[in-house]
Amino acid sequence: MEQLLQQVASGLANGAIYALLALALVMIFVSTNHINFAQGEMAMFSAFVCWQLLNWGYSFWVALPATMLFSFTIGVLIERIILRPLHTAPLLSVVVVFIGLLAIFHSLAGAIWTHTVKPFPSPFPDFSLVHSGIIGPHQIGMVVVAVGMLGLLFCFFRFTPLGLAMRAAALNATSARLVGINVDWMLALGWGLAATVGSVAGVLVAPVVYLEPNMMAGILLYGFAGALVGGISSPGGAVAGGFIVGVLENMVAYLGNMLERATGFYLIGNGEKLTVALIIVITVLTLKPSGLFGHVTVKRV
Amino acid sequence: MATTMTTETSAAGDPAALPGLRRPIPKWIWLGIIFAALLPLIGGQTGLISNFYFLQLSLMIVYSIAVLGLNLLTGFNGQISLGHGAFFAVGAYVTAILIDRYEMHYLATLPLAMIACFIVGYLFGRPALRLEGHYLALATFALAIAVPQFLKYRHFEPLTHGVQGINIFNPDPPFGLPLSPDQWLYLVVLACAVVMFIVARNIVQSRMGRAMMAIRDQPLAADTMGINSARTKSITFGISALYVGLAGALHAIIFEFVSPDSFRFELSIAMLVGAVIGGIATLSGAVIGGFFVQFIEKYADALTKWITSTVHLPIHLEPWTIYGIVLIVLMYTMPMGIAGGLASLWRKIRPPG
Repeated sequence: MEQLLQQVASGLANGAIYALLALALVMIFVSTNHINFAQGEMAMFSAFVCWQLLNWGYSFWVALPATMLFSFTIGVLIERIILRPLHTAPLLSVVVVFIGLLAIFHSLAGAIWTHTVKPFPSPFPDFSLVHSGIIGPHQIGMVVVAVGMLGLLFCFFRFTPLGLAMRAAALNATSARLVGINVDWMLALGWGLAATVGSVAGVLVAPVVYLEPNMMAGILLYGFAGALVGGISSPGGAVAGGFIVGVLENMVAYLGNMLERATGFYLIGNGEKLTVALIIVITVLTLKPSGLFGHVTVKRV
Repeated sequence: MATTMTTETSAAGDPAALPGLRRPIPKWIWLGIIFAALLPLIGGQTGLISNFYFLQLSLMIVYSIAVLGLNLLTGFNGQISLGHGAFFAVGAYVTAILIDRYEMHYLATLPLAMIACFIVGYLFGRPALRLEGHYLALATFALAIAVPQFLKYRHFEPLTHGVQGINIFNPDPPFGLPLSPDQWLYLVVLACAVVMFIVARNIVQSRMGRAMMAIRDQPLAADTMGINSARTKSITFGISALYVGLAGALHAIIFEFVSPDSFRFELSIAMLVGAVIGGIATLSGAVIGGFFVQFIEKYADALTKWITSTVHLPIHLEPWTIYGIVLIVLMYTMPMGIAGGLASLWRKIRPPG
């Protein structure tokens, strides 16, 4: 039983990272209808920037805001400079541009900071609130930060005029333009915010998977799955989806282990957990194509 | 989603690109094929072209077949796939297992690999029908991740040899032909490619091809016209997988080795990039795409070395940076791929009339 709880807890902690990345993906998706395949590598790059600042001797609470600001700027610049001219380009061309960005960020990180694996300190104090060993302080921190980010973004979109303008731009660009919203800048702002959320995900996951250019490769897939399962059009759903995928993945491995211990037959282990989790996700999507919390888009013919 | 797919793929805006009109294959293409087939005799015997170069050419042709297969699905039918490396792996493994375990003749394994991939593709395409756009991207993404895992799966190990992979041997040219194995395989691959391209051309120009494109451009209208879109889409998936599977099988024979890690996710991405860069929904684009997949890394590497030797940079530049920049620049200058870009250039400069 304790082991089960432990698995659920660590699933939730991983899920927090997937949730943040899913949130970043959704933020770009709602305003531009693009899935940013470079999101993971951008987060990885931000984590490296944060590591560099820490290495120069800045404290974490200076390094993190600086990293977030840097990521925000990079996000805005990418939208303004690289994606702006492609607004009317075919979807597949945009996908290829994202793949290009992915390659650039990946190789630049390797070129600047080399491919050796680096440890990354956990920003959370090693408080001894939890004795049972079910969940560590860093894992609790990840969950708290993920939920906190969602809360902040929710308040931003719900209660500020700028958030309202961004929602309007995403929902109906033409009408938003007519009431005087600068839609182009709203898109760039969305990119900046997404990059910021992604950078937090990168910094949080770096202590767990260690810092190296490949660290985000698998995590992006989980984030993608989380975003889709929760409903790609709904930020809250994406966060829930991220947590669901995280727990699901650990449950699959756990049940596989239980089965092997009980019957001696090896069916699923750690190697297959990703595959099985994805199969479940896709089955859910086949039955409920708009995701668990997404709303069905009705199209006029 | 459906609307964005439409705008991107309707390169068929001008009537000349409409494949409905049956035109004979131009003579210069046949001349080119004959020249390519004579290369082992001209270049190989005189020693102008090394065996290694023939190996690279073979690989380029293999990737062209794979890109063509993906193009049939993504370009002509509008279904995106991030996981065609999976079918490549299935084709390669079917061939390798048949040669390794059942000692079959390597040429006889090709049709079996194709059939196996058609079935896998059809069965995958059937439930994937409900998925569109990004959802299909995720499903195929998952497929690309899942297949190498399956190849390593413990209960299949007697057949697949797990992580170690399977070694097979390069066949010798038959009838005592005065060719090296590399040159002979180059001819085999070339022959396969010619057949597959002609078949693809016929598919695209047939009733099936028109149905594929109708579904891509206007799914609702296609349904109304009586096209069975479920059937067409899953058959297209199967055909596409068949092409990629053949490419995988040939790759296994050329490389003499298969292992789960030769079919990582990067392969699927490289194929998609090749299809888009070459020119989506064009047959000639597949050849350019194959060339791109095979040679870009080499040229990016060379370019990186040249840049680092001429300009002093504070960091050690990596080839992938150049690769990324090349992708972005190409998409800026030629959003319809290189084949599309060349075609529109030709329309501007051709003699009037």
